[in-house]
Amino acid sequence: MAQTVLHRSNTRGVADHGWLKSYQSFSFAGYYNPDRINFGALRVLNDDIVTGGMGFGEHPHDNMEIISIPLSGELHHADSMGNKASIKAGEIQVMSAGTGIYHSEYNGDNKEPAKFLQIWLFPNQRNVQPRYDQQTLKNEDKVNEFVQILSPNPDDDGVWIYQDAWFNLANFDEGNVKSYELHKPGNGVYVFVLEGDILVNGQALATRDGLGIWDTESIDIKALGSASFLLMEVPMKF
Amino acid sequence: MIACGSINPQVFFMENKIQILLIGSNEAIMATITRLVNQEISWQATTCLSTESAMEQLLKNDFALVLIGAGLDDENDLILKIKKVKPAQRIVKHFGGGSGLLFGEIKQALGLP
Repeated sequence: MAQTVLHRSNTRGVADHGWLKSYQSFSFAGYYNPDRINFGALRVLNDDIVTGGMGFGEHPHDNMEIISIPLSGELHHADSMGNKASIKAGEIQVMSAGTGIYHSEYNGDNKEPAKFLQIWLFPNQRNVQPRYDQQTLKNEDKVNEFVQILSPNPDDDGVWIYQDAWFNLANFDEGNVKSYELHKPGNGVYVFVLEGDILVNGQALATRDGLGIWDTESIDIKALGSASFLLMEVPMKF
Repeated sequence: MIACGSINPQVFFMENKIQILLIGSNEAIMATITRLVNQEISWQATTCLSTESAMEQLLKNDFALVLIGAGLDDENDLILKIKKVKPAQRIVKHFGGGSGLLFGEIKQALGLP
């Protein structure tokens, strides 16, 4: 029997630092809710808005798979491995922080805010050599399909990470129905609605709602209107 | 030297600072984590960059929590060594390298609100 956990958008933690507004699905920094620590290996899902010209100064990370998905605007990235890059909507960035990395991330536009999802997964190995990658998403505009953007496999579509996780983005037209088959027993799926209204196994979800589902082999998704969402399949035990 | 006392965090919280032993080999990141822990007025960090110095600290002092940071090749061996000398020692592996998860990890490990 599938089990679920529902996180309505208005129950997320909120951090407002002026230059940064962050809506946090799980406990993060100053937001601590013992009932909202993680969904399996998914530990951080921050829905961030960075004011024009502002950003995160140089700061460290270790032992975490860190994925950034820009939703609008552009972010400038620099890190201690010598990478300098910018990412924008339609791209995805991944860092395996491993033994340690320093990086900074700034809004590349002085006026317009940059919006992006910051997602952290527990790695399946500690103390790996740090690595950075970014990719332009293939088939991002494909409608009524799941578009894989992340996997554990370097040869598969999207970026790869040190975890048995698969991410898919989807843009559904109204009425489209599709089943998502999980890749691996023991995994669960966290559905995060970017925009619109959908039904997941009969549960209604609206913009920025999240629903975690586990103890199941597949989930059924129906769009109640034009909708976009992110599916994050992660191990529940890791 | 760090003052030490009961390892019961609730009692310790009332009487003194909660002592936390930080272990990790990435010096720059450990400096950041030490600064963040010490920012919390009721917590006090002791930081070791090697398993050897950490074991010395553990034999001399009591800590409410041991937090294992990045870069140690032998962290599972270290946990076994700690459990051998202090079976009830609370130990948590740190993830993230900064403020994002640190406070939650410590609060969760110590059962703090």
